[in-house]
Amino acid sequence: MTFTKLMATAALTLGLATGAFAQDKTKVGFVFVGPVGDGGWTYEHNQGRLAVEEEFGDKVETVYVESVAEGPDSERVMTQMALDGADLIFTTSFGYMDPTINVAAKFPNVKFEHATGYKRADNVSTYSARFYEGRAIQGHIAGSMTKSNIIGYIGSFPIPEVIRGINSAYIHAKKVNPDVQFKIIWAYTWFDPAKEADAAKVLIEQGADVILQHTDSTAPQAAAQKAGNVITFGQASDMAQYAPMPRVSSIIDNWAPYYIARTKAVMDGTWTSTDTWDGIGPGMVGIGEISDAVPAEVKAEALEMKDKIASGEYHPFTGPLKKQDGSDWLAEGETADDGTLAGMNFYVEGIEGDIPQ
Amino acid sequence: MDLSVINPILLLAALMSAATPILLAATGELVVERAGVLNLGVEGMMIVGAIAGFIVAVNTGSPALGFIGAAAGGAVLSLLFVFLTQVALANQVASGLGLTLFGLGLSALMGQSYVGVKPPRMADLDLGPLSDIPVLGRILFSHDAMVYIGLLIVLGVWAGLKFTRAGLVLRAVGENHDAAHALGYKVKRIRTLAILFGGACAGMGGAYISLIRVPQWTEGMTAGVGWIALALVVFASWKPWRVLLGAYLFGGITQLQLNLQGAGVAIPVEYLAMSPYIVTIIVLVILSADKSRAPGSLGRIFHASH
Repeated sequence: MTFTKLMATAALTLGLATGAFAQDKTKVGFVFVGPVGDGGWTYEHNQGRLAVEEEFGDKVETVYVESVAEGPDSERVMTQMALDGADLIFTTSFGYMDPTINVAAKFPNVKFEHATGYKRADNVSTYSARFYEGRAIQGHIAGSMTKSNIIGYIGSFPIPEVIRGINSAYIHAKKVNPDVQFKIIWAYTWFDPAKEADAAKVLIEQGADVILQHTDSTAPQAAAQKAGNVITFGQASDMAQYAPMPRVSSIIDNWAPYYIARTKAVMDGTWTSTDTWDGIGPGMVGIGEISDAVPAEVKAEALEMKDKIASGEYHPFTGPLKKQDGSDWLAEGETADDGTLAGMNFYVEGIEGDIPQ
Repeated sequence: MDLSVINPILLLAALMSAATPILLAATGELVVERAGVLNLGVEGMMIVGAIAGFIVAVNTGSPALGFIGAAAGGAVLSLLFVFLTQVALANQVASGLGLTLFGLGLSALMGQSYVGVKPPRMADLDLGPLSDIPVLGRILFSHDAMVYIGLLIVLGVWAGLKFTRAGLVLRAVGENHDAAHALGYKVKRIRTLAILFGGACAGMGGAYISLIRVPQWTEGMTAGVGWIALALVVFASWKPWRVLLGAYLFGGITQLQLNLQGAGVAIPVEYLAMSPYIVTIIVLVILSADKSRAPGSLGRIFHASH
């Protein structure tokens, strides 16, 4: 107990001491799950951080800590950032959810922004992108292009965000190719290039000629390239260095506008706790250039779908859809509500296997 | 569930390749620990080896030179550990952890302009008619040279420690450095050489990931393999053949669980994901029921005046 008291006193003193200086510069902290050079998820968050620096110049100071393990260690990192006088802290992985809430309770004057989670507080906002919109387009291309009818999917952790992606890709692959089958491997990591490459190799050995990944590194792209005749999609970042083959398109996360807007809100004192979930329309999800390896008509269909999703004319989860167990989920023409999507813990009809609980 | 999609031949072949990075790093660390030094910097030396090998291979176009560069890179980084623990007599645990943190940062810096670059591909070793033997040929004789070099290093370390005078001296230094010193052996020199060997092996293990297994450069790409190698040395009771067994078990079950997942086997994925660790630990703990124990001077600082 005395230790926590000591820490709290130290926090107070530090807070008071740095308070005077903190007035002129807004300090923004970022907690990253992988290295900024991962070429995927963390890379794009760091691009957002750099955009904040560019936008506000001398008025802002950004700090980041990379490769922070999800769980207790992240709590320590966030606490340290808050003690060091950060005004706004972005925590950029699902597994930081509870640590963010815990630390936010101890520092009511610091604003927190947690990516891809669902727990909020007065000083904790959540934000995420509708990656499943991009997954629909990937599913369409994958279903159209597979010759073996086996699509490999490397999952990270069985959380709603990943399951949404699998469902969305499957629904749209199935639509153009009724014989399509999904093979899913859970890597239980966001970032482990050797393991991601191994998972890709196993899927290819088992007949997959399309690899979709929901992990952060470019390793599956390299494995697919080595195997030849396998197509992949850039995940979180464009991964254009693997275009035109194996990478035929990509989902690009564009966090910069959001990070700039939220930093501005802190500066102006207008920051409030919100829940943001933007997709292709507002530009938070980008679709990387579809390469020439994709047949022209498939490319045209994919782009048409992209436009329809962007305009709101089409929702990737539109009924009739059934759940894996055969029970009804969405009636003809009905679209999924955000609450169901945010907590999605079931496969749609046709996907084999169970979601690890 | 459809087990027929798993090709046992490809699975066994993948095992040998998947185990090689751990095998190389663990064998190097085994020699270091048998000399009485605990170097927790394996992860750092691996990642520096991974980028050093990558840089050399990309710039020369030769993967073989890349591995030599990786060995040199790992060894150079381990020199820092030599300086800290053998010259400055710093705490080995702290120095090793420092080495890992430093290695991770240094490799990220070295690799900045190598993200997205494709390394030259290492051809599989041509073993002539051996590769054409049905089944066995595909499993055993169709790999790149590093897989066999890894095995040769294990063989060499085993024979060296067991049958040679140098191996006996190294073990004496590790068991009781004061006695070895009293007999006139150069404790520091021997330990320095062992640490350099460990660094070179770890470096090659790292390069195996960046040049062959993945193949590309990504920051932090060893992702904890060094720590697994460290644990393996302990569970293998500091015996080379058990390190080999442990590495193959770990690599093999990792491959198997990915295959089982892909085939949709009805075992909960959590159990599959933890199986490589559990099985390896159980097997090696059962084996270590004999009287094997850690080298007597492991982790202790040596100074001639003591």
